[in-house]
Amino acid sequence: MTFFFEVLIGGLLSGVMYSLVALGFVLIYKASGVFNFAQGAMVFFAALTFVGLNELGIPFWLCVPATLAAMILLGLATEKFVLRPLVNQPQITLFMATIGLSFFIEGLAQLMWGANVRGLDLGIQDEPIQWISDATTMNVSKFDITAAGIAAVLVTVLAVFFSRTRIGRALRAVADDHQAALAVGIPLQQIWGIVWAVAGAVALVAGMLWGARNGVQFALTFVALKALPVLILGGFESIPGAIVGGLIIGASEKLAEVFLGPYVGGGIEGWFPYVLALLFLLVRPEGLFGEKIIRRI
Amino acid sequence: MSAPKTESVRKIGDTILKLENISLAFGGVKALTDISFDVREHEIRAIIGPNGAGKSSMLNVINGVYHPQQGTITFHGDVRHNMRPHDAASQGIARTFQNIALFKSMSVLDNIMTGRTLKMKANFIEQALWIGRARREEFAQRAKVEQVIDFLEIQHIRKTPVGRLPYGLQKRVELARALAAEPTLLLLDEPMAGMNVEEKQDMCRFILDVNEQYGTTIVLIEHDMGVVMDISDRVVVLDYGKKIGDGTPAEVRGNKAVIDAYLGVAH
Ligand SMILES: Nc1ncnc2c1ncn2[C@@H]1O[C@H](COP(=O)(O)OP(=O)(O)O)[C@@H](O)[C@H]1O
Ligand SMILES: [Mg+2]
Repeated sequence: MTFFFEVLIGGLLSGVMYSLVALGFVLIYKASGVFNFAQGAMVFFAALTFVGLNELGIPFWLCVPATLAAMILLGLATEKFVLRPLVNQPQITLFMATIGLSFFIEGLAQLMWGANVRGLDLGIQDEPIQWISDATTMNVSKFDITAAGIAAVLVTVLAVFFSRTRIGRALRAVADDHQAALAVGIPLQQIWGIVWAVAGAVALVAGMLWGARNGVQFALTFVALKALPVLILGGFESIPGAIVGGLIIGASEKLAEVFLGPYVGGGIEGWFPYVLALLFLLVRPEGLFGEKIIRRI
Repeated sequence: MSAPKTESVRKIGDTILKLENISLAFGGVKALTDISFDVREHEIRAIIGPNGAGKSSMLNVINGVYHPQQGTITFHGDVRHNMRPHDAASQGIARTFQNIALFKSMSVLDNIMTGRTLKMKANFIEQALWIGRARREEFAQRAKVEQVIDFLEIQHIRKTPVGRLPYGLQKRVELARALAAEPTLLLLDEPMAGMNVEEKQDMCRFILDVNEQYGTTIVLIEHDMGVVMDISDRVVVLDYGKKIGDGTPAEVRGNKAVIDAYLGVAH
């Protein structure tokens, strides 16, 4: 039983990091209906820029705001030069544009900082926390706990911001109805700019955490693919959905690997989330927290 | 909104909105052809006409959703070129939509708060940190919004997500959101469509109250001829994108072209 909980907790904690990536998708999708394929590239860009600056001899604490500034600039530029000229185009056009964008961002990152794999040391070890092991004989990673804590703080801050301020209200309004948002004087482009900048900031946090865990390398862009089952589970427009979806995917893939894996020869962690998402899609296509889709005929 | 005055501030004044020779086409479809009319301060100006006559298009031209290929729009003495909805809002034009355009997942209160968007000045940083102006503004605007809520008698649903409300109340919330902006010109696209008799009467009363107590100029699209004749000062009649009548309700009612259009003759 202890072992079960150990696996479960490990899974939930890594799930928080999936939530983080999914959150970036949800923000942009909610505000502008764009499925931002480049979210993974942004995570990669952030991690690489952070390490690159650090290698130039810039102290760690300064690299954070510097990379944050770079991510915000990248987000604003994307809105202005890619999305804004394409406004009112069909969704598929916008989606294609973000595919192009992802190649551009990946290329740009490697052009600036080179393509070799680097380590990213946040100074937090991936080792069991002693007192928890002593008290419960469970191994809970210090790194996982810290990463989950950081993600939780970020999510809370965003949630409060979006529920209590004018900009947050404007964002939700834009998500619900463009025409009406314009008519009450909400500056659509400003809101989109803010959303892209915030998505850039979320990508930075995700990039640092994932980079520290798996190394800063091109494979970071695939983290975005892990967000896909999370989005299917949680719904594309729901922030709570992204969080809960991430936790479910994280926990279930680890549990599946450990408890089902041995019967089928292992290695199911990689595809189990997609199967789960697919099954879920058949039962509840609108996602965990999505509005039930009712068609009027 | 300022405190309602007991006596009427309604005294029809000078022209505040003038539309001259407006033509609007969507590809081959001529939605509006060479339309001119004016709106005077404090009046209730109705636009009527059969389905597809171009009424909604006209409203969309006024608040900058559509840009006519020809014609000029003069508002408060300034000629407008390609004005966008955001500019219209900042010049005091508020509106409701034919197909309710509310923020469905948000509460009634939050919906109405968005009507005050342009009155709020706190910047991103202030809002992110919830300091200074951001906090003060939120409370001050909230007070204004409560006045609108009282005025339209929707206290009991203020926390309800709009998507769960019945149609008639949604229409009322949409009016509330428009009023929250304290507009000088209010555009209403079929505010009573789909309502039962009682709801219609309420809506009529609210429209008249807004006009009387706050002096708001109102341009109103409505299908129900009885309602139009009762509450409007002057009426424009459109048919197939052309203006076929313009005048007081009594004048319009006696107009041969109007009677034909409404009875479906000569089409
Ligand atoms: N965005 C649009 N694109 C193409 N055609 C439009 C658009 N908006 C209105 N129309 C057309 O313009 C004409 C007038 O429509 P509308 O203004 O909605 O009429 P009404 O409100 O009087 O029923 C109709 O033929 C309609 O199909
Ligand atoms: Mg219409």
